[in-house]
Amino acid sequence: MTTTTTAPAVAQVRTTSAETTGRDNKAGWLFSTPFLVLYGLFLVGPVLVGLVISFFNTATVKNELGAFVAFENYTAVLGNLDFWKSMWHSTLFTLLTVPFLVVLPLVAAILASRIVRNRWFFRIAFFAPFVVPSASVALIFAFLYAPEIGLFAKVLGGIGLPVPDFLGSTNGAWLAVTILTVWWTFGFNFVLYTAALQDIPEDTYEAAAIDGASAWQQMRSITVPLLRPTIGLVLMLQILASLKVFDQIFILLAGGPNLTTRPVIQYIYDTGFTTYRGGYAAAATMVYFLILVAISAVWMIATRRRGADA
Amino acid sequence: MRGSYTRRNFLAMGGGLSLAGLLSACGSPVATSLTGGQPATADVIFWHLFGGGDGENLGTMVEQVQKTTGHSVESTLLSWGNPYYTKLSLAASSQRPPDVAVTHLSRLPILAQAGLLTPYRETGLEQLGVTQDKFTPAAWEKATIDGETWALPLDTHPFVLYYNEAAAEKAGLLNPAGDNLIDISGADTFVEALTELKKATGGFGATMPTITDPSTVWRWFYTVYSGLAGPIVEDSGTRVSVDDAAMDEAFAFIQKLTTELQLMPASATPALANAQFSNGEAGFLFDGVWNLPLYAGLKLPDGSELKYNMVPIPALLGEEPVAYADSHALIIPAAGGRSAERAQYAAQFVQGLLDNSTIWTGGGHVPAWLPVQESAEFQELSPQKNYVDAAFNAVYDPNGWYTGAGSDFQNQMGGVVSTVLTGATKPAAGTSQIKSALKKLADTNAPVS
Repeated sequence: MTTTTTAPAVAQVRTTSAETTGRDNKAGWLFSTPFLVLYGLFLVGPVLVGLVISFFNTATVKNELGAFVAFENYTAVLGNLDFWKSMWHSTLFTLLTVPFLVVLPLVAAILASRIVRNRWFFRIAFFAPFVVPSASVALIFAFLYAPEIGLFAKVLGGIGLPVPDFLGSTNGAWLAVTILTVWWTFGFNFVLYTAALQDIPEDTYEAAAIDGASAWQQMRSITVPLLRPTIGLVLMLQILASLKVFDQIFILLAGGPNLTTRPVIQYIYDTGFTTYRGGYAAAATMVYFLILVAISAVWMIATRRRGADA
Repeated sequence: MRGSYTRRNFLAMGGGLSLAGLLSACGSPVATSLTGGQPATADVIFWHLFGGGDGENLGTMVEQVQKTTGHSVESTLLSWGNPYYTKLSLAASSQRPPDVAVTHLSRLPILAQAGLLTPYRETGLEQLGVTQDKFTPAAWEKATIDGETWALPLDTHPFVLYYNEAAAEKAGLLNPAGDNLIDISGADTFVEALTELKKATGGFGATMPTITDPSTVWRWFYTVYSGLAGPIVEDSGTRVSVDDAAMDEAFAFIQKLTTELQLMPASATPALANAQFSNGEAGFLFDGVWNLPLYAGLKLPDGSELKYNMVPIPALLGEEPVAYADSHALIIPAAGGRSAERAQYAAQFVQGLLDNSTIWTGGGHVPAWLPVQESAEFQELSPQKNYVDAAFNAVYDPNGWYTGAGSDFQNQMGGVVSTVLTGATKPAAGTSQIKSALKKLADTNAPVS
């Protein structure tokens, strides 16, 4: 710092700014520590452990790695029909739930934003199911879906409609799990949309109204275009969340009937914990993880390009 | 922030107090989860998987044992099948298992090979007089792997023949005393008997679920096959040892009964098979003994009571009768931190359950504990006493890490058997499908061996 005699002031300024950045960084790291520790301990750590044991024939219940098998677990996973079946079940669940969970909360959020009095009540009412734990939701719906005695069976039967075999047939099971999931996780996307709606300035609507735009025109030309980034975000988060389905299917159906709804996470659970094939299950997890990363990457590239275009 | 109590102080104090409360009893689950010990909320912690009638019977037994030993017992019922075994395995591998647990003997190999159990010779049960000579030999043998015994069999629950007494009498199959069938062993005699029964009932000679119930069809197939040959896999499930000729013959026989001779329904769900036997439309039913309570006190369409009896399935293709069976057994999971005192409680609890297993036979099970099996009390129990032989001729699922009650193995095998029974698959094709499914399982890297 002393070598430059011509511009000491500049050097000095630089030093100070470096110092402040350094101090800011320190504080930043300090504040991030709790998160980073937990993130490392419960996310990065296990992923690395999983990566390592995916190359070994590890038994979940033993405190040893087992024999090194190189890529054997991976070839076994890729060639296993049950793995791909369960991957398809997770994908099918995503295809079934994402349209509802992207569109319905948007409609509900727009409607709720138009309510003038007691708006808080509707916001809470839509969000409330989201905070119910998965086990409770699954049990409540198990009662509703019960053949003969359940609410659905009673109501549908009472008005003379055919009652689907919610828990005993594959189609019925998908219907059951889709209804449950839409009701249960609806609230999260609803909140995202509500927040985004609040960001749209009132005066845009006022200006449009003065120009004589109808409510429908306002929604089509103002609300939806301005919500587009949020819709994209909700779509992506929802695809990832739906691909990660496990709890409700496991608790309500245990992957049944006859494993025709078993999602990939349950497949990993079954092989890894029930039959102790830790190494194999870790390899299956890695394959699944890479697929999720690929989907996220595609989305990021797509949005970045769109951002550059704009 | 006035006064000496700030919110922060208050919270810290409250948190500290509640933490102290949780930790004060050092056996509390919270404390043990932090220290890595076993929770000690009762003298004996017991896990099982029985709901319904079996669950009630077990509850009574546990109460009896508590009275005699004076020890407190905490029983936990977990979901039957894979969820139970998963929880048990993970609890044991993390050193926090129950003191005593129930297992199917067919699921024992993987638990034992993973090192999750206390071997019998270290349980102290021998000193209490719980010894090999007091158990049904077939069950004890299944509880023993490579010379080491790992479980104490509580019962044997074989796959047996239920017969409708009226139909059997009409078909001339009842013995003079009327308390058993005449000898119908041998494939030809058996087919004749079913033909007569079919005439007598006007429906079917025999029934059983043939679709949507892979475990039941697997039990039926393995009973027939085992009359001719040994286990279908060996070396802990790593080598396929199917006898092709025997398997072809077994498949051909069970298919002939359903499709060609139509003595049994080719396509029956469990509900249909149940109805056919309950309504007297089929003379025999092949099913597990545990369904005994299901048929007790049922009324036939004409209002009279369904009178039935249960006997071992006779020898069919082979010389000797065999019965596919499984056993419930008691295990003491390995736990490094278990005190000698608690180990003693666990052993006494196991002994107590065995001594009280007369109650257990209410669920149709044959007690494996010979002092109970040979007791006058049990010898008076009908139909239970009629199929005790089946427990001695028991054939279990072959040893392997993937076999056993509720396993995917049974689903896969049963899936093939089902298509043979309905006529969709030819016997030889059934054999090759079984073999290729087994090959896949055998070639998989075994997690334990």
